[in-house]
Amino acid sequence: MLTRQRSALLLPLTGFLLVFFVAPLVWLLSLAVREAEVPRALPRTLSVLQTWQPGQALPPSLFPGFAQDLAEARAASTLADAARRLNYEVNGVRSTLMRAAREVSSAPADTAFNQVFFASVDPALASPEFFAAVQRAHGPFSAYYLLAAFDLARNAKGEIEHASEANRIYIDVLMRTLGISASVTVLCLLLGFPVALLLTQVTEKTADWLMILVLLPFWTSLLVRTAAWVVVLQKEGMVNSLLMRLGLIAEPLTLIYNRTGVLIAMTHVLLPFMILPLYSVLKGIPPHYMRAAASLGAPPVTAFFRVYLPMAAPAIVAGSLMVFILAMGYYITPALVGGGSDQMLSYFVATYTTDTGNWGLASALGLMMLVTTIALYALAHKLSGGRALSMG
Amino acid sequence: MKPWKLLYWFLCACVLVFLLAPIAAIIPLSFSSGSFLTYPLPGLSLRWYEEVLGGGKWLTALGNSLYVGAIATFVSVILGTLASLGLMRHKAWWSEMLKLVVLSPMIVPVILIAVASYFFLAPLSLTSTYSGLIIAHTVIAVPFVVVPVITALEILDPNLARAAAACGATPGVTFMRVTLPGIMPAMASGALFAFAASFDDVVIALLIAGPDQRTLPREMFSGLRDSMTPALTAVATIMIVFSTTLFLLMQVLQRRSRKNSQIVR
Repeated sequence: MLTRQRSALLLPLTGFLLVFFVAPLVWLLSLAVREAEVPRALPRTLSVLQTWQPGQALPPSLFPGFAQDLAEARAASTLADAARRLNYEVNGVRSTLMRAAREVSSAPADTAFNQVFFASVDPALASPEFFAAVQRAHGPFSAYYLLAAFDLARNAKGEIEHASEANRIYIDVLMRTLGISASVTVLCLLLGFPVALLLTQVTEKTADWLMILVLLPFWTSLLVRTAAWVVVLQKEGMVNSLLMRLGLIAEPLTLIYNRTGVLIAMTHVLLPFMILPLYSVLKGIPPHYMRAAASLGAPPVTAFFRVYLPMAAPAIVAGSLMVFILAMGYYITPALVGGGSDQMLSYFVATYTTDTGNWGLASALGLMMLVTTIALYALAHKLSGGRALSMG
Repeated sequence: MKPWKLLYWFLCACVLVFLLAPIAAIIPLSFSSGSFLTYPLPGLSLRWYEEVLGGGKWLTALGNSLYVGAIATFVSVILGTLASLGLMRHKAWWSEMLKLVVLSPMIVPVILIAVASYFFLAPLSLTSTYSGLIIAHTVIAVPFVVVPVITALEILDPNLARAAAACGATPGVTFMRVTLPGIMPAMASGALFAFAASFDDVVIALLIAGPDQRTLPREMFSGLRDSMTPALTAVATIMIVFSTTLFLLMQVLQRRSRKNSQIVR
């Protein structure tokens, strides 16, 4: 086919995806390293701070410009964003800055805006620690959010150290996300492998029927399946009433709105994603290899571990990586059947986008997620010989 | 039969029960005459279906889901099929790159697609509009069209098109009478997958849809956050019927295309 014809065919989708997928994603991820709020609101302050080193005394020429910046940024309503940004590093400075701007705007014309004036508004605003934070946010780029996503921060001297206790939650969230994803992957493998193996051992017709049983939940909406687990696992739910009738438990167990609920529901949702790729590879392993092993005197267990498993290994690894990748991005299921301490990275990305408006951190956490996903996917792709994306 | 084999079958049966039982358990509850979500049912009634289908938010949400899903599917099939025709049997580095970009919405965590779309569509005043939701759904739906259509195009015997040309067919006629019928089943199954991707989405709807565009899963999400009610089990049952229909259509399509490819061979 002609190249020109080819590009004409490709153009609509390429254009569409560049505009509505690639560009927005790149823009979102760029927020992780951009510093726009403080340079926009406090240009004069930053230009004086250029020659200042943390540890030195604050130059007196700093304060008149700072006052002017505050008044103008307040009028242009760019101050709130800058104050929020600085508040991430200097706790409580947000309201102080807003108050200082009000006082500067309403001060008599002959007021001298010096260190004493700002110290009287709030000592923090005359402190080197505050201006060191302003200086670090000078933009246009900084590693602040990326460091924050790994529970790190720069101190007043500019050295990297552990973030303050209150801000030290993201490594925990990352570990939790990886931990839940790994547990779900192991559960899916343990439950999925026997079924995939069974599918290869029965007649084609039976396999077709069994396959329908696997695919039916696969096609059922995620929300329906989550709702089903809420009904089944709740305090008065079927699992609890069954266990109580059997006399196994006296009190209903808490099976939902905690980690147990998240693991059960996520395993249920992701299990078909393990069974389908496993089956597609396992059915390609010729059965006479196992017969050959048996005829050479290997007991079934030895034959399974020495002959079958090595041939199935790439599929197991690729299927597991695929389930792991999908699990890492989960948001809805933990949000509906998990408790506060079961929320994964996606939840924080969503919350920082919509509720608190900390877009930089949302972006940095998103970048963390994306990099892990891509690395794992590349591995799965390599191990499966380029078939990791094929569907059922 | 050996006992270990019996145990193995039992284990597999348990896994299948685990997959299907919770979904099956929710259906009878929707016909309950009481308002508790427990067995045994106090009696049978259709009151929850009357509540759901009697108008109000659930019908609106169902309408929104179908509307957004249908347009997103239509756009995905057009864009995806054109691109597949451009990408097939082409191994240049840039077309491999492009394939990667087209397929990447399947791998990129959906929350990132949702947040990125939100930031991008907000300045264009496209959040809380149908257009915005359809655009974002098309992004996640289009790979589901490209994957099967490219595969079908690569299986299609190139000699068929050559034979058509040798018989005097113009490229346009060849496409309409030879290529298109050959990839039609793949396009249809791609369309079903694309529709399912849109119909299933909650995350994008959470961020992009306004109060007027709330889709069925979005409305279910709020319902589940609030409290589980029998009305929700009725909605869930309706959705199960819906997805089962899609699934059966898919099975029919796949059987047919399997038969087709056997004939070609």
